[in-house]
Amino acid sequence: MPPDSTGPLLHVHNVSKSFGVVAAVRDVSIPVYAGEAHALVGENGAGKSTIVKMLAGVHRPDTGSIDLAGRPLDLRSPADARAAGIAVIYQEPTLFPDLSVAENIAMTRPPRGRFGMIDRHRAARTAADLFARLGVEIDPARPARGLSIADQQIVEIAKALSMDTRVLVMDEPTAALTSVEVERLFAVARSLLEQGTAIVFISHRFEEITALCARVTVMRDGQHVSTDLMADLDVDEIVRRMVGRDLSALHPQRTAAPGEVMLQVEGLGRDGVFEDVSFTVRSGEIVALAGLVGSGRSEVVQAVFGVDRRDRGTVRVGGQRLRPNSPRAAMSAGLALVPEDRRLQGLVMDASIQRNVTLPRAGSLARVGLLLGGAERRSAEEWATRLQTKYHRLSDAVSTLSGGNQQKVVLAKWLATMPRVLIIDEPTRGIDVGTKAEVHRLISGLATDGVAVVVVSSELPEVLSLADRVLVMREGRLVRELDRDEATEESVMFAAVGQGPQPAATAESASTATSEPAPELEVSR
Amino acid sequence: MSADVSVDVSVDVSADASAPGRPGAPERAVRAGGPVRPVTAVLARLAGWDVAVIALAALVIVLASVFVDNFGSSRNFTFLVLDLLPIVLIALPMTFVIATGEIDLSVASVLGLSSAVMGYLWNQGMTIETIIPLCVLLGAALGAVNGLFVTALGLPSLAVTIGTLALYRGLAFVVLGDTAVADFPSSYTSWVTGTIGGTSIPNVAIIIVALAVVFGVLLHATPIGRWTFAAGAGEQAARFAGVRIPMLKFWLYVATGAVAGLTGVLWTLRYSSARADNGSGLELAVVAAVLLGGVSIFGGRGTLPGVLGGVVLLASLQNALRLSDVSNEALNIVVGALLVASVLLPNVTQAVRAGTDRFRRRHSHPTGSPPLTAAPR
Repeated sequence: MPPDSTGPLLHVHNVSKSFGVVAAVRDVSIPVYAGEAHALVGENGAGKSTIVKMLAGVHRPDTGSIDLAGRPLDLRSPADARAAGIAVIYQEPTLFPDLSVAENIAMTRPPRGRFGMIDRHRAARTAADLFARLGVEIDPARPARGLSIADQQIVEIAKALSMDTRVLVMDEPTAALTSVEVERLFAVARSLLEQGTAIVFISHRFEEITALCARVTVMRDGQHVSTDLMADLDVDEIVRRMVGRDLSALHPQRTAAPGEVMLQVEGLGRDGVFEDVSFTVRSGEIVALAGLVGSGRSEVVQAVFGVDRRDRGTVRVGGQRLRPNSPRAAMSAGLALVPEDRRLQGLVMDASIQRNVTLPRAGSLARVGLLLGGAERRSAEEWATRLQTKYHRLSDAVSTLSGGNQQKVVLAKWLATMPRVLIIDEPTRGIDVGTKAEVHRLISGLATDGVAVVVVSSELPEVLSLADRVLVMREGRLVRELDRDEATEESVMFAAVGQGPQPAATAESASTATSEPAPELEVSR
Repeated sequence: MSADVSVDVSVDVSADASAPGRPGAPERAVRAGGPVRPVTAVLARLAGWDVAVIALAALVIVLASVFVDNFGSSRNFTFLVLDLLPIVLIALPMTFVIATGEIDLSVASVLGLSSAVMGYLWNQGMTIETIIPLCVLLGAALGAVNGLFVTALGLPSLAVTIGTLALYRGLAFVVLGDTAVADFPSSYTSWVTGTIGGTSIPNVAIIIVALAVVFGVLLHATPIGRWTFAAGAGEQAARFAGVRIPMLKFWLYVATGAVAGLTGVLWTLRYSSARADNGSGLELAVVAAVLLGGVSIFGGRGTLPGVLGGVVLLASLQNALRLSDVSNEALNIVVGALLVASVLLPNVTQAVRAGTDRFRRRHSHPTGSPPLTAAPR
């Protein structure tokens, strides 16, 4: 790229990146222009995060280059990226809670006074100047603890500005924000754009993308699909490109004929974590537990299964009351939990595929107390094959498998216990799209076979396409129950963030496509 | 082009039949040998550790038989077995404890307290037939105390058992003081030191073989063994799979205490002497033998044959050196060096493998990115 004034300020140029056998990003190019916000969209696992990490200097591209103002960058560390003028803001701000706002901003490059001591006054003045420039009022002297997430992000932006940032990368900054806070953040972003900063913006909310961004790049399965001016595309078209198929395909029509109540949870509570959670799941039904990260979904299902404590409430499986705090009692009642953290909770990573698949059933596979004669091997082989797991030998450590195949081992492990109620926490986190579709088909198939299924998921498309009913949690409570017809990205998200559905944003259709951008997001300040 | 994706070890699973005909992700389904093989090679190497130790033990025995006077004599063989008796017996349950990622350093003190109580009760006029089961029960109870501290209170086993190491030894001195009790019935003492028929195999070998078989089967062919390794290699995953880890660990400590109590009885009978300081420092030899046998100090990995090999290697080396008039201090140095080596070597092997692997990658990859085992989110 020859350097010229009309060329892109930041040019991600044919980059590829593989992790072991998994190609996370293949031959992706993204031109980002000065003074312009560029949206990067794609499903989870499309490769957005890998691009962000390359811009942040965490990963280095295998091939291709990242050019800034026409010059190729060699980002070997986050410090390199900062020095080059690229700042990244993540969904979870990374401030030091016990330091003041000004100290946080000065963290990477503290102003030195006499004897090399940090000049606090200068740091405070710098922070105040930056906030004035951004048009926000935050007291530089207050500690970062207690700031709202939105304000913490604004502090992060101020921190980025203090380092002469030319490119600001925002990785799902709005995921945990209310719409008022989003407005505030966007006002700051717009003032940055006016000052010539380039922004790379990642979000799952289309109304935000259309409100802020001038250009959009769609990624799918680690590949570049398209880059267009926002004005040339409508939301439906973007979603079609993201998923690579028509929206109707997102909803596999399953004729749900729910049977009797299999799982009954009543008044479940745990001090300080969740309170008064009651729901039922029928045989043949898929119920999704949705909500923001940290809303208590995983904690609830872990308490139901008995790996976590519960202080109040009852759990019944098939009418039978379950002893609390005993995964073993839950298992023998026909409950199975595929946990959230595959590497820590789902698998013994250093142990073999065979040992992992048969671990919950070591007791029942034994004959007169002995595990001899290959009973484990036969069972592991049967279930691994049933789930079409790709492996070399059953004796290989599961850590040698890809994420998708690891997930299949976890599923095999629990399906082999023949559960009546299957709880799956984040069924497709971090696995490739092909396997994802297989897992979704598997879950639907299980429900058709009469298993009562509970799916916990942070991916709205997954929730909406799988679930017969959606239960939404917020701050440790069940706040909404939505039938398949009522559940849309908006209705679920509004319940999750605790906003009443706002008139313009209420969508009547059951499609995942969002309605027109909500007008109140058009920020003017 | 990645140079790693050269070997295709795809299996005969017809999984691709289900993959949607999407043009996006073809290579992703391919299992490549490149990044996978080094990991399995390291694991295979570690799994082979027990074989290596057994071979090394055999080598030491052969060399010592040739070069050390009297090592090969039948009389020395009897002594060798009697010498390794306490180490091998306690190493059996200790293997389980270490495989769960815990440790029990109080075993030698349990042995000493058992011996002291045995002498005390004998002085009180109790019969040996009553005393022996009582001492085993006492050991089990002392183990249960360790187990309760570790599981119910969740304290680190290293700290707990260092504490009970001192506590139980102190109690032994309270029971027996500095005196020794020596007048045990010769029918028992001579059975322990005696041999089977006209052979040089000591009678106690029966106990060793019987317990080794029981613990070996328990570790390698029962659910308890599976849970033990799972608890050590992935505590959370084991808990999520319904393994009752606290209960498992508690009973392992009880078993270790019971075996240490029994060993106290055998020790007392062998030397015809009940003393409070019997078995002092034995815990180090036991832990050394277990680690030398290839059990990971972090838990989750190891084999019982490897541990037996470790015990034999340690004992025959000590025996041969002692016959060569090497001092006790030097013997301690050997035990210590072996212990350090057994912890160090697997890590060194792994580090060297990883290092050469990275080197190879750097020279096959144009950009020289380090190998990443973790898949991206």
